Amino acid sequence: MLKHPISSSRITRRQFVTGLGATTLLPNAARATPLGNSNIPAVSSNQWDLRIQRSKITLDGKTLNAPCVNGTVPGPVLRWKEGETVSLTITNTLKEDTSIHWHGIRLPSQMDGVPGLSFYGIPPGQKFTYTFPVQQSGTYWYHSHSNMQEAIGLYGAIIIDPLTPDPIPCERDYVIFLGEWTDAMPDDIISNLKMQSDYYNFRQRTLASLPKEAQHAGSTSAALKDRLMWSRMNMAATDISDVTGIVYTYTLNGHAPDTNWTGLFRPGERIRLRFINGAAMTFFDVRIPGLEMLVVQADGNNVEPVPVDEFRIGVAETYDVIVQPKDNRAYTLFAQSEDRTGYARGTLAPALRMSGIIPPMDPRPVRTMVDMGMGHMDMPSMSTMKMPSMNMGGMAMNMPPSSPSPIVEDPGPPPLNVENQNIAQAPIDRTGSPGDGLEHNGRRVLTYKHLRALRPGTDPRPPSREIILHLTGNMERYIWGFNGRKYSESGPIRLHKGERVRFTLINDTMMEHPIHLHGLWSELENGHGEYRPYKHTLISQPGSRMSYLVTADVPGMWAYHCHLLYHMDLGMFRTVIVS
Amino acid sequence: MNRRYIFSLIGLFTLTPYTVAAQPSVQYQAADAPVANISTHLPGMPPIMDQGTWFHGIFNELEGRYSPKGTNFRWDGEGWYGSDYNKFWIKSEGTLEKGRLSDGQQDFLYSRAVSSYWNLQGGVRVDLDDGPTRTWAAFGVQGLALYQFEFQATGYVSNKGRFASRLEGSYDFLLTNRLILQPQVELNLYTKADPARQVGAGLSDIDTGLRLRYEISRKFAPYIAVTYSGYLTQAHRFARQQGEQTGTTRFTFGVRSWF
Repeated sequence: MLKHPISSSRITRRQFVTGLGATTLLPNAARATPLGNSNIPAVSSNQWDLRIQRSKITLDGKTLNAPCVNGTVPGPVLRWKEGETVSLTITNTLKEDTSIHWHGIRLPSQMDGVPGLSFYGIPPGQKFTYTFPVQQSGTYWYHSHSNMQEAIGLYGAIIIDPLTPDPIPCERDYVIFLGEWTDAMPDDIISNLKMQSDYYNFRQRTLASLPKEAQHAGSTSAALKDRLMWSRMNMAATDISDVTGIVYTYTLNGHAPDTNWTGLFRPGERIRLRFINGAAMTFFDVRIPGLEMLVVQADGNNVEPVPVDEFRIGVAETYDVIVQPKDNRAYTLFAQSEDRTGYARGTLAPALRMSGIIPPMDPRPVRTMVDMGMGHMDMPSMSTMKMPSMNMGGMAMNMPPSSPSPIVEDPGPPPLNVENQNIAQAPIDRTGSPGDGLEHNGRRVLTYKHLRALRPGTDPRPPSREIILHLTGNMERYIWGFNGRKYSESGPIRLHKGERVRFTLINDTMMEHPIHLHGLWSELENGHGEYRPYKHTLISQPGSRMSYLVTADVPGMWAYHCHLLYHMDLGMFRTVIVS
Repeated sequence: MNRRYIFSLIGLFTLTPYTVAAQPSVQYQAADAPVANISTHLPGMPPIMDQGTWFHGIFNELEGRYSPKGTNFRWDGEGWYGSDYNKFWIKSEGTLEKGRLSDGQQDFLYSRAVSSYWNLQGGVRVDLDDGPTRTWAAFGVQGLALYQFEFQATGYVSNKGRFASRLEGSYDFLLTNRLILQPQVELNLYTKADPARQVGAGLSDIDTGLRLRYEISRKFAPYIAVTYSGYLTQAHRFARQQGEQTGTTRFTFGVRSWF
């Protein structure tokens, strides 16, 4: 495996971030280094010049002429201040169109950066200036919305200083940007999946794995029965991630696991870690063995602090956690991919060149009848059931009480057709589940039910309309959509300006989909009433039904899509028109 | 479902923030149903391109078959170009033995996706080898039966009004994630004998194999196999009368590859 010819002194300089205000890296003076740029600028700025360019970057032996911002992957951390108006001038030096979308930022729709909806993109050699008032604070990120550049390097973090200081002050502040690195081109990945949808899945059930499954299921016949059931439906219980560690190197702040990004601390200090999932196709399960994490923010909005050992972060979500290491030793930041084919890794340490123990990866999850949308059946779960659940109690699985809206637009069950292979017969509320592969693992794992906003919502009105959407797909043909239709075969979802709408997502597929609505908040109805959390991206778990409220307060054409890049690109996308 | 009626209803609906209807009215209507005259994006610039076309080809069989009585070389492959719904397919197979090409069958098909796993296919078949050439119109299905069983069934009618049919199936048993055992069978049926092409009425010939491949990569998998090809029923009698081999089991190795 090739290592980077990078002098350790350079690593030292770049990694020596002593929290806020210690480094003086001017926002525009980005240093081209293949190992990413996770420095938080010392002060916020409202004027930015960003250059989109190709940079030859090698990571873990995989060389890519990556489209990126200012020559680094991830691009520079943008630090803004709530209440100011920022102006960002983007210069496109690529030979193709580009764009930047400010993920989760509320702004006028023509500044949202989605070619075809907000504007006509930034042609080669051209400049475009984004200007908008910043009306929020927290951790966000930016990425290209053109030609799948998001999959190969065009992304970076955004930090917005709040007007009122964060409730819990911290001595250190680090961005932890999780991503993937591969030299496989997005078009080739899609083409391979179209020919063979399990192309990247080398963790399927085989004859060799049967004894182990029989052990879990209780008998060989039970294991075979489960296999036959999946096989009869032409699906695979082992279908967790479409693109895997076979081609992906998982990265943390642009570092491969072996180059070990390190954040420094002194024992006893409080450290704020701003986790961003900037991957194209990977869910990460994050933990820091030996440290309790206090989740204080989700998708840029403060929540009641939740102490956890672990959390799942879907593509495009962000979580801020606070840790307080007491011991004078190294701790490993461990983010394993959901399908357990690899991990991103970094270290929190009192000094450079220290390493913590890297824990073994957990067994990969296996889909069950719940994922198929069969509700709760007493199937012997094939997932690991070693320890009793130690999750926090008080998590009833009943649906959160919600006021019925005067109008419900219900498309009914989706058709079984070319574009859809499954109907969830009995979808259930899964906001109380940490997700497949994390249930009953003996650790305290975050669930959506734990997220309770620090402030009550700003719009107390009940919804006047409910829109039910089915998430559908056909893994065999690798087609994705809503209601059994691709984007090109569908109309827009139309909202009146000022309207209060409930979106209900029923996931008929057997995979998680991180659903992102541009421009408007998605207020998850997770049983906390007016303290429902405001998010921009919500994981819809397989076989689940989930509702959230939206106030359509900004007019325009907004993108609405699954944030798994290849699902979006193959049809799981809608236009929401607010007028 | 009258879409226009529904949308006019929604259009008439005015916002009454604090009224909660006692009985919600459920409208069986998809909020994202296609509508005439309303674009989902700026002119000429869709935000995503979900109507892509792809081009792939695969050799399921590219192999040498060995037996004490003689060795032959066989290929069986297909290629397609097109979108999710509409594809153009080429299927080709043939056997080369002692410099003579036999069993050469080429299908040129239009393929239309009709359900989750099935495609309807129609087009032309040409029997092209060292025997007399025959031309057929073709119509069939191709797809995934239950239990992930790959299946193709095609019916043919020739310019002379003869009927024929070809059935093909295969199944992948995963011994490990890279070592895969694949039983495969192909059967040909004809309504009338065509002795010049070694064809008999009824079930005419079978070609079957048990292949053990190792996927060095998904696209390149060498294999070893036991194959059997032989004539059945009437064709079997023809072959015996002409003193030809009626059926041979051969030790085989080859490469399964695709792009």
